[in-house]
Parts: sequence; C-alpha cells; structure tokens
Amino acid sequence: MPRLLTFLPAVVMAAVFLWFAQVLGPVAAGNIPEWSWMWVEGLGIELAFRLDGLSLIFALMVSGIGAIIFLYTSVYFKGHEKLTRLLTLLALFAISMLGLVTADDAITLFVFWEGTTVTSFLLVGFDHEKQKARDAALQALIVTGVGGLALMAGLILIGFEAGTFRLSEIALLGDTLATSALYIPIVILVLLGAFTKSAQFPFHFWLPGAMAAPTPVSAYLHSATMVKAGVYLVARMSPALGGTELWIWGLTLFGAVTMVWASVLALKQTDLKLMLAYTTVMALGALMMFLGGDSKYATVGVATFLVVHAMYKAALFLTVGLLDKGAGTREVTNLGGLARSMPITMMIALLAGLSMAGFPPFLGFIGKELKYEGALAVMSEPLFVATAALLANAMMVAAAGLVAISPFWGKTPKSPKPAKDPSIGLWIGPMMLALMGLGFGLFPDLLAKYIVNPTVTSIAPGTAYVKLKLWHGINVPLVLSLITFGLGFVLYQGRFVIRAALNRPTFGGIPAAVVFDAGLASFKRFASWSARTVQGGKMTVYLRISFAVLTILIWGVHLISTDSLVPQPEAIALIPLVVVLLIAASAFVVLITNSRLFGLCALGVVGAGIALIFTFYSAIDVAITQILVEMLVVIILAVALVKLPAMPVERNFRAGDALIATAFGVGVAFVVVAVLAHPFDPRITEFYEAASLPDAFGRNVVNVILVDFRALDTLGEVAVVLIAAIAAVAALTAGKIRKSGEKP
Amino acid sequence: MELVLAALSGFLVAAGAYLMMSGQLVRFLFGLVLLSNAANVVIFAAGRLTYANPPFVPDGAKIPDPSVANALPQALILTAIVIGFGLLAFALALAFRAYQSLGTVVMDDMRACDPPEIPTSTEKPSA
Repeated sequence: MPRLLTFLPAVVMAAVFLWFAQVLGPVAAGNIPEWSWMWVEGLGIELAFRLDGLSLIFALMVSGIGAIIFLYTSVYFKGHEKLTRLLTLLALFAISMLGLVTADDAITLFVFWEGTTVTSFLLVGFDHEKQKARDAALQALIVTGVGGLALMAGLILIGFEAGTFRLSEIALLGDTLATSALYIPIVILVLLGAFTKSAQFPFHFWLPGAMAAPTPVSAYLHSATMVKAGVYLVARMSPALGGTELWIWGLTLFGAVTMVWASVLALKQTDLKLMLAYTTVMALGALMMFLGGDSKYATVGVATFLVVHAMYKAALFLTVGLLDKGAGTREVTNLGGLARSMPITMMIALLAGLSMAGFPPFLGFIGKELKYEGALAVMSEPLFVATAALLANAMMVAAAGLVAISPFWGKTPKSPKPAKDPSIGLWIGPMMLALMGLGFGLFPDLLAKYIVNPTVTSIAPGTAYVKLKLWHGINVPLVLSLITFGLGFVLYQGRFVIRAALNRPTFGGIPAAVVFDAGLASFKRFASWSARTVQGGKMTVYLRISFAVLTILIWGVHLISTDSLVPQPEAIALIPLVVVLLIAASAFVVLITNSRLFGLCALGVVGAGIALIFTFYSAIDVAITQILVEMLVVIILAVALVKLPAMPVERNFRAGDALIATAFGVGVAFVVVAVLAHPFDPRITEFYEAASLPDAFGRNVVNVILVDFRALDTLGEVAVVLIAAIAAVAALTAGKIRKSGEKP
Repeated sequence: MELVLAALSGFLVAAGAYLMMSGQLVRFLFGLVLLSNAANVVIFAAGRLTYANPPFVPDGAKIPDPSVANALPQALILTAIVIGFGLLAFALALAFRAYQSLGTVVMDDMRACDPPEIPTSTEKPSA
C-alpha cells in the first residue's frame, strides 16, 4: 500500500466527523434525522437509523477519536507488514460501531453489536503469533459473545412485548414493558449483554486481557468506543425499561462494585496500559451506576462524563503508546525523569491526567462535580453511591498521578534506549484530545447546548435544560472534591506501599479470569466427556440407548393413555398354541445357543412356525411368501456364516440388557393388547372387499390389494429389494478390491 | 388367540433386542431376523384372526362372504416380509464386508468412524 494511501481512512473519518458535527445544530433544535428501509418484511424488521442526541454524542466520539486513531495508527505502524490489515479491521469496526449507535431498530442494533464483537476479536488477536494475544481474543469473544446472545433474546422479547422493533417507538411506550410479565427476564438479558460488553463485575476481566491488542486499538475500542456500547444500550433502554427497583438496584450495585474494585486493581498495576485498562473499567462502572440513578443530575453526569472520559482516556492511552515508542517501555517502575527528554509527551500526559483527576478548570472537574451532585441526588441510597464515588475518584487521582506525573519526574531509571518525543503525526492527535478537555472546561456552555442536553433528552425525555458551570459556589460537591484531592494525594504518596500490599499473593482471592479459564476448561472436559459417552464409537452402547429410548416412549404412552388394557376373554385353539410354544422354544434356543448351526436351525423353525400360524389363520399368500423367504434367509445366512468365524461363546448373563429387552418386549406385547381392547374397525377392509371384483377384476382380495390398489407401494417394495441387492453387491465387491491394498 | 400371539410377539421382540445388544455380529443378525418376524406377528394379531377362511371372492358372488379373514394386514405383512428380507440381505453383506475389512466380528471393535480417543496435548483424557 502506498504510504499516502494509509492516511485515507483518517481523512474519511475526519469527514464523517465533520458531517456529524454539522448535524449538531439541527438535533439540538429538535430536528432528528431518520432513515429506514424495509429489511425482513414478514418479521417487521427494518434497517432503520436515527440520530438523536444520544446517538450523536456516540457517533461524534466514534468518528472524531476514530480519525485521530487512524492517523496515529498509520504513523505508529509505519512500514509494518500488516498495516493494511490493521487499518481494514479498524475501519470495519468503526462502521459497525457507527451502525450500532445510530440504529433505530433493535435487530439492526444487534447485528452491528455483533459486528463490533467480531472485529474486536480480530483486533485483540492482531498479533496472532502470540499465544497470549490469541487467548485474550478468545476470552473477549466468549464473554461478549455470550452476552450478545443474551442481548438478542432480550431484544426479541422486547420486540414481542412492545409490538415493534423500532427503538424510538419503544422509548415512547412508557411503562408498558415495566409492567409486562416478561419484564424481569428482559432486564436480566439486556443487562447481561450490556455488562459483558462494558466489562462490569464479574465480567470485568476480559478488558485488561484485551490489552494484548496494539495500543491504538486499545485506545479506540477498549477505552473510548466499544466498551461504552453497553453504556449506550442501557442509556437507550432507560426510557422503556428504567425506573423500577430492579433496574435501579441492578445498575447501582454492579456499577458501584465494578467502580471501586477496578480502582483498587488499577493501583496494583505497574504496566501503564493495564493500569489505564482498569481505570476504564472503573469509568464504565461509574457510568452504569449513574444510569441507575433516576435523577436529572445523574443523567447529566453520565452525558458529561462520557465526553470527558473519552477525551482524557484516549489521550492517555495514546500517551502510553508515545512512551512505549519514545522510551521503550511502559512499566511505571522503569520510567522517570522524562520531562526534559519528552516535553511534548509530558504536556499531553499532564493535560489529560489533570482532567482525569478532575482538577479545575478542566472538563474533568465539571464531570466529577456532576457525579457528586448526581450521587447525592440518587433517591435510593445517596450515602452508598456517594461513598463509592468518593473512594473511586480518590483512587483515580492517584492513578492519574501514576500515569501523568511519575514517568516524567523523579529519578531516571535506566531505560532501554535514550528517550525522545516521537514525531508530530503521533502526538498531534492526543494533544488535540487533551486540549479539548481544557477547552470544554473553560467553555462548558458549548458542550451543554449541543451535546449534553440533547443526550439527556434522549435518556430521560422531558428533562429541563441544564447549564454546565465550572464554579458552583461552595457546596457539598465542592467539599467532596477537596476531600477527593486530599485522599488522592495521600494515595499517590503511598503508591509504593499500596502496590506492594496489593501485590501480595494473599490479596483479592481468586481472580475472575482464573475462574473463567477454569470454567472454560471444565466445559471443554464436559463436552468431550459427553461426546465420548453419547458417541463413544461403541455399537452396543448405541443399541442400548436406542432400545432404552424406544422402551421409555412405549411405556410412556401406556402410562399416559387411559385406554383399558383388559381384553375380551377369548378361546384358545390347541394346535396353534402348540405351534406358538414351538416358536417360543426355538427363539429361546437362538437366544442361548453358542453354536451357529443350532441358531440357524432354530431360526428356521421360528420362521416356519410363523408360516404355519399364517396358514391356520387364513393368510395363504403370506404363508407361501414366508416359507419362501425363510428358506432364502436360512440359505444366505448359512453361506455367510461359513465365511464368518465361529460365534464367540457368551458366558455372562447381561442383566442390564435383559432388563431393557424384557421391558421393550412387554411394552410391545401390551401395544397389541391395547389394540385388541379397542373394537375392530373394518371399514378399509370392507372397501377393498367390495371393490376387489367389480373394479380390479380379481377374486383374491390380498393379491388385488398388492398389485392393484397399492401397486405403487409394491413398486416401492421391489425398488427397496433391488437397491438392497445393488448395495450388497457393492459392499461385497468393494471388500474384494480392498484386499490387495492397505488397511482402512 | 390374539392374546397368545401378542405374548409371542413380545417374547420375540425381547429375544431379538437382547441378541442385538450382545455386540457380536452373528448374534446381532439372528436378533434382527427375530425382530422382523415379531413385527409381522404384531401386525397380524392386531388385524384380528380368522380361522381357515381366506379372503376370496367365491364364483358367482360380487363380494366375499362377511365371515372371511381381514385382507388388509395380510397385504401389509407381505410387503413387510419382502422388505425385511432385503434388509437382512444387505445387513449380511455389510457384516461380511465389515469382517473382511476390519478383521473382527466384535461390533464394539469396529471403530473406523469413531476411533478410540487420541489424547490431545492440552488435556488429559478423563474417563
């Protein structure tokens, strides 16, 4: 690929961003563009798109950060042999993500949702020669894939309950869904999809694992866009599903636990990228938690924090890439004193880090203040939410310090190579993101008017206009902010002690990733065990299962049926009874003999005896056929047995088989008894009898039925015998050809 | 007498099934023969028995006497016998061929399609 062409995706993305940006005005004014095409008419599925405030904020993030990432990637991987592949996958991902956030049809949304899952799998496994990358990719795929299936089920249930798949129509339904009988399964399924995608506890482990991806990919998918798809989904569904205890508590609890736990894990890391991954999980937890809070401030907090986080986190991820490139490592313990050799990187890290820590006048400060206001306004449990937010924010301040300060000041450890700032193509993007965090902080009205308020209206329709301000006067959030800074400073100072404590092996019990791996391994073991059991390659097992199932079916019908099994008493003729006993005795001989010859003879007796029965009871043609066939059977069996080795002696009585066989036989006998207990219905026979001579000119009714009324059936029978003969010949000849060659 | 035949069919079915589960090719074939005989007896008994009165239309009459045997199950059994014979002939050829190729008449050792498990490197085989 020509070098210049590698910048094409960045240019296209920037154009897309600008196009979305020019829609901002109309959308803020309430003119929401929509497009739709019929897709699957019979199911009412449309390819529908709609750009309301919530969609637009995500579309802007995806395209804006996308443009920066594409530029960064082309420079970062300059001359890399797989650059084209990487850019293609990133572009596919960007398209899926844009489709996801603009879709207005639940099924359309799901299709794009799965698109992001698949492209994420391919991107995480980009370094597919590395086992670690492959494992991480698979883990991410399984976790988000299972969540995707749950989501699909949830969306289909919603579609059935709501009578439409159009998300904009579902949002207007009020509490139709909340009062439906399927509400609880719907919420569980939808939240399962959202929680897996957005790495909420206990599914949080896949996100740090996904850091095996190249740094630009992590910055794009796993901080700014894809992992927020779950947040988007929850926000999108809030009008239709929100407001109930289940919704509020589910989001608040899982969000809070994720937030605090991820912050703790972030402080434990020494790899800057992993640390950022955990802070991303923390941010996602915070977003979920505030989506659960049904107050105006919580929603405003969500909308603002979305933008804040996307900017500083993408900038920081890219900064880690700069450090990796410029200083050759991203281990925080090997970095220090880089302020002089990498001044531009330091600037970016500082700007983004200050926003992350929430210092004024950065946008992060406004975001944090809003979070506290939202936390205090949460109806259900303000103290719990506020405490969780305070703890997590304090740890965020410390983590920001670790990322933005510690690599640049202090002693210079021996780095693998002399550090210097990378080229402008790499740092221009993150610099822009970091500066935007400052710019929006200084002019929050812009953000409020065009982004935050339209978004809030989408999540919680009918909310009054909210102004964003840097200075709110001295109030509780400000006090909380000050406490946060103090606590964060203390944590940063104690970072070595804390990290050492957290890294003690006794800490934290069993990591979720280990549980996942163990679960996956045991699932594989179960799968191979069940496959080996059910399809073990043993004919006897197959036969036992088949007969057992048949037996159970027959007895099941007997037990369910209310028909009487008591037949009419009947006369027993002596001579036929003797023949029947002879047949039974011969069959018994076949059963127990160890001699082929005895068995063969006894079989002959069985067949001949049955022919006799046919003769007694007026079935002359059947008897003739039976004798002929029985003779043939005995002859060809005899021919075959000569070629087969002697029958192995059977010494053991197989009790289990006997049980199955007996139950099966008794079941069949009772089927006949049940038939006999019913009055006989002669209508079909009477038709044949009446039609035999006038219509078919035959006096033997059985023959007429065979060759005339059911001639087609007889033709089929002839065909079956012919096919059996051809197949038999084929099998026998193939055996002869095989003889010359190798063992199969 | 139908009840006697019902019991006989049950016994033949049980014997056939037991033989088929033995895992030996020859016994399996014997079981198959018993099973197909049993099926015919089932159909015959279910159609009711009539002693020595075959379903013919006598000379001069247009329809048979109402007392004749039921013709329908007889026609069905005729088909079943022939099909059963085709099945047995094919099964025999297959058995013979299997013995030639695989060198065994123990059915559980005929595992060309589902070979016994080959342990993989990542996992220990478990029972």
